[in-house]
Amino acid sequence: MGNLYGDNGGVVQEHQQNSDFVNYCNKMQGNLVADMSNCGSGDLRARKNGFKANETEAKPVNGCLKNCSTNSTTCQQAKGKVCPNSSQALLTPAKKLKELAEEHTTKTSFEEVPLHTACLTYLGFYLLMILGYINQLLFVPKVAKEENRDGYVTLYDAFESFYSRYVYRRVRDCWNRPICSVPGDEVTLKDRVTKDYGWSFQFTGTETRCLNLGSYNYLGFADAKGPCAEKSEKTAREMGLAMTSSRVELGTTQLHLDLEQLTARYLGVEDAIVFGMGFATNALNLPSLISPGCLVLSDEKNHASIILGLRLSGATTKVFKHNNMRDLERVLRHNVVHGNPKAGGKPWKKILILVEGVFSMEGSIVRLPEIIALKKKYKAYLYLDEAHSIGAMGPNGGGAVDYFGVDPNDVDILMGTFTKSFGSAGGYIAGSKRLIDYLRTNSHAHCYASSMSPPIAQQIYTSMSMIMGLDGTDTGRQKINQLARNTRYFRRRLAQMGVITYGHEDSPVVPMLVYLFSKIGAVVRTLTTRHIAVVGVGFPATPIMEGRIRYCLSAAHTKEQLDYALDVIDEISDTLGLKYSRKPREPNPIEY
Amino acid sequence: MVAIPYLFNEIERIFENTPLYVIVLEAFLLLSVIWLLLFKRNGRGKRYTKIEEEEIISKYEPEPLIAETDPNHPLLQTRLVQSKVGKRVVVDGHECLNLATHNYLGLLEDDKILEDACNTLKKYGVGSCGPRGFYGTMDVHLDLEERLAKFTGMEESVVYSYGFSTIASAIPAYAKRGDVIFADEMVNFAIQKGLDASRSTIYYYKHNNMADLERLLIEQQERDAKNPKKAAKTRRFLLAEGIYMNTGEICPLPELVALRAKYKLRLFLDESISFGTLGKTGHGLTEHFNVDLIEVDLIMAGMENSLATIGGFCVGSHFIVEHQRLSGLGYCFSASLPPLLTQAAISALDRFETEPQMFTQLQEISRNVQRIFGKFSKLKLRANELSPIKHLYIAEERENADEERELLIRIANKCITKGVAVIEARYLNNLEKHAIRQSIRITVNRLLTDTDIKHAFDVIESVSNEVL
Repeated sequence: MGNLYGDNGGVVQEHQQNSDFVNYCNKMQGNLVADMSNCGSGDLRARKNGFKANETEAKPVNGCLKNCSTNSTTCQQAKGKVCPNSSQALLTPAKKLKELAEEHTTKTSFEEVPLHTACLTYLGFYLLMILGYINQLLFVPKVAKEENRDGYVTLYDAFESFYSRYVYRRVRDCWNRPICSVPGDEVTLKDRVTKDYGWSFQFTGTETRCLNLGSYNYLGFADAKGPCAEKSEKTAREMGLAMTSSRVELGTTQLHLDLEQLTARYLGVEDAIVFGMGFATNALNLPSLISPGCLVLSDEKNHASIILGLRLSGATTKVFKHNNMRDLERVLRHNVVHGNPKAGGKPWKKILILVEGVFSMEGSIVRLPEIIALKKKYKAYLYLDEAHSIGAMGPNGGGAVDYFGVDPNDVDILMGTFTKSFGSAGGYIAGSKRLIDYLRTNSHAHCYASSMSPPIAQQIYTSMSMIMGLDGTDTGRQKINQLARNTRYFRRRLAQMGVITYGHEDSPVVPMLVYLFSKIGAVVRTLTTRHIAVVGVGFPATPIMEGRIRYCLSAAHTKEQLDYALDVIDEISDTLGLKYSRKPREPNPIEY
Repeated sequence: MVAIPYLFNEIERIFENTPLYVIVLEAFLLLSVIWLLLFKRNGRGKRYTKIEEEEIISKYEPEPLIAETDPNHPLLQTRLVQSKVGKRVVVDGHECLNLATHNYLGLLEDDKILEDACNTLKKYGVGSCGPRGFYGTMDVHLDLEERLAKFTGMEESVVYSYGFSTIASAIPAYAKRGDVIFADEMVNFAIQKGLDASRSTIYYYKHNNMADLERLLIEQQERDAKNPKKAAKTRRFLLAEGIYMNTGEICPLPELVALRAKYKLRLFLDESISFGTLGKTGHGLTEHFNVDLIEVDLIMAGMENSLATIGGFCVGSHFIVEHQRLSGLGYCFSASLPPLLTQAAISALDRFETEPQMFTQLQEISRNVQRIFGKFSKLKLRANELSPIKHLYIAEERENADEERELLIRIANKCITKGVAVIEARYLNNLEKHAIRQSIRITVNRLLTDTDIKHAFDVIESVSNEVL
């Protein structure tokens, strides 16, 4: 099920059937608030896991819970520990939060890098650099020189161009690999060779069919056949391929409006607005939401689009340790108490906490219930980027919000993209009507950028309807369940093998640590020869020491496909030496 | 080993020999260092007890996340399009002649392009499900990049998945903090955001005013002379649009190129509108002015206008463009352009190559529109005669911009009910770097006939006479 309220699964399901999920959440929220007042001084610390740096501290305090007085009946019910709605009320929310935090910790895998591997990784990296420098001294190719611009200040930073030319080039063939098929459960790679050590590539004319563990096709909606593709084609024929206009001029059709309504309904909030590009959704809307004098607390692993949006906004940004609630609370508390040092300690105009649902490089899931408690306590606002979690997480595919069963209205700004689970392109922001109206009048993307292409919008509309079960079938639900099963199975099998993976056991993004820069290349190349396409990630996208291979699971994968991949990974992990884990391994076979 | 009693003796002697005031001074110094280290760091030396902190937290009242929006805000009143936005379009139930969307060449209605795109959809599905680096590069993307490079005659091109982000990502890929950028004051919003993201020092010169630009360049030269060390590290860029979205004017490329060479700047050109409209074969501004391609460092363009699809591209030398594949944020970190839209761009380029007469046709019609629309009695036309974008301003300038906008909205609405779709150009007025005068932005479509233009003129003339 993937629901943290495991003992309450029945209730959740019942309400889902009534499609009354939001009401349920609201009710839960009522109880939660009421209960919290009873244990106002509860100071809880999550148990420190032996392997982990992720620690959690949450201290619910009366001050944040002013809703209580308006909800006295619920309060009394809670005091008497009688609550007809839910057995959950027996647990006080503070305790529940603590349990959630602990559960999250135990479900998240993380392991420190072994010391000798760390040394070797650095050594290997420096060796590459030294070789690169020698190479650069002896041989400067033609492309590395600018023509007809003598006497100009050099265009590039010396290290940057050195790195991309003499270090990255050695493994350049592992990225930007061209494909020539649907990026579904399998993908066809166009083979290419390099005759000049990575400076350029030539196509051989052959193709390789690979199992696709690289694309963000979480729910398997990337498909050239079936209802999604058919409807998109129909829309393309009716409405054309583009609007050649911005949304506020002549770029709004009924399809755009319907899509916005459906998105809002899907997420259980009042309103939503959609944009033609996911990256632009962050980069072009954050500046209209925050301004200089505001404080943003941003997770250190946040995506580049968020960082760009923050840079454009001019707000003060402080970074907290990845998914570390204690660090977040420390920064939050310090800033609420001490205010804006540049404005003589005056309080910040507003404080925005910015996190992602599933972090695409770490595979971790945001600690949402704890963040919501913190946000309420310190009166901060919350922006949740569900780019990788929407569709892929939660019993209804509603993202991290659905996964934790929290009230979507507790998250002030819900953002997500349509590229991944919906097999399309674009992004959305959802929230209160007030927020969306504000964006309609202030968003850069809404006012200036091109309106979403109709067939693209149609693909989202069809796939979203299927996930919600509006097409009258349970295809969507099956896909969600399939992805959840695939994820758990794949992660457990990897852990059993003894490789180190990061992230939460329910996250469909599975990073496998290989540490050494050269091993990234070796693993990607070897897996390709065994017909498996994966993504390698290294410096500068990750810290130098933490090179990794990332698997993205999909509902389109079958158990047989995963078994094949796992067997191959097991085999190459032995030959390439990837089994770094020192944790005890599960002796019994993993059930699917 | 030194005997311990000896050490004590030594210390004693030191104290004996040092005057008292030195000891006092040194002790004071030590104490202030400790104070600085321990207390100064904690926010102006203020320390609160737990209870005080709780009180501050409970008293903290942040501003609301967003300001209240006026329900009558003009940007909330969007018109509903109920058909393909071709030469004719249905807006809010009225069938209209379309003079408002940027489909200059009319390729949006081209059946061949649509058919190619649908075939691609049947082969690849809709989305690409990944960024270019991670299995999001399809053969159509590589084809398009090759075709664009070949068509423009440049070494290399790079395709982005959104027009706005193309421009806004390409600029900060090169210009960094400490660099200097000279830009026209009327550049479009995407360029403005690119400039913001670069964090460089930006000097705006007056719209198409080369004397003003040269003045700024001379000033920069003086600054450089004062600090040659810094100047040796400062990259200088020059930014202009081929045809300005906000005014419809063409930038004087030959003069820009001369200044670029004289003051050693790198010239970046946004050809979103001029690509596929200017020049005998649609190559854009360089062809129009017959300027050598080597003079321009980077050409950026959206594919959302003449190419009638989504996305954007940059073309230039391999040395320049390749850099964006790792440093262009919107390229690196965004999902790639959906394959069917990529194919649409390839097929549109096919049409560019097979029917080069399209461009002269469009230019002829643009000239016609310029001639006829210049005769409104209460509206003033501004644009270059070759530009497919024309701005109509209220001839008698009103004092208040809001009043002008109100009037223009009324004109546009009435025109739509009478079967001519025109639209007042919409801006985020409070965010634009320089005030832009409200106008009706007319776009020219290659498929317009003389009768269409005459009809549109009559409708707009009668409506504007009625409203103004």
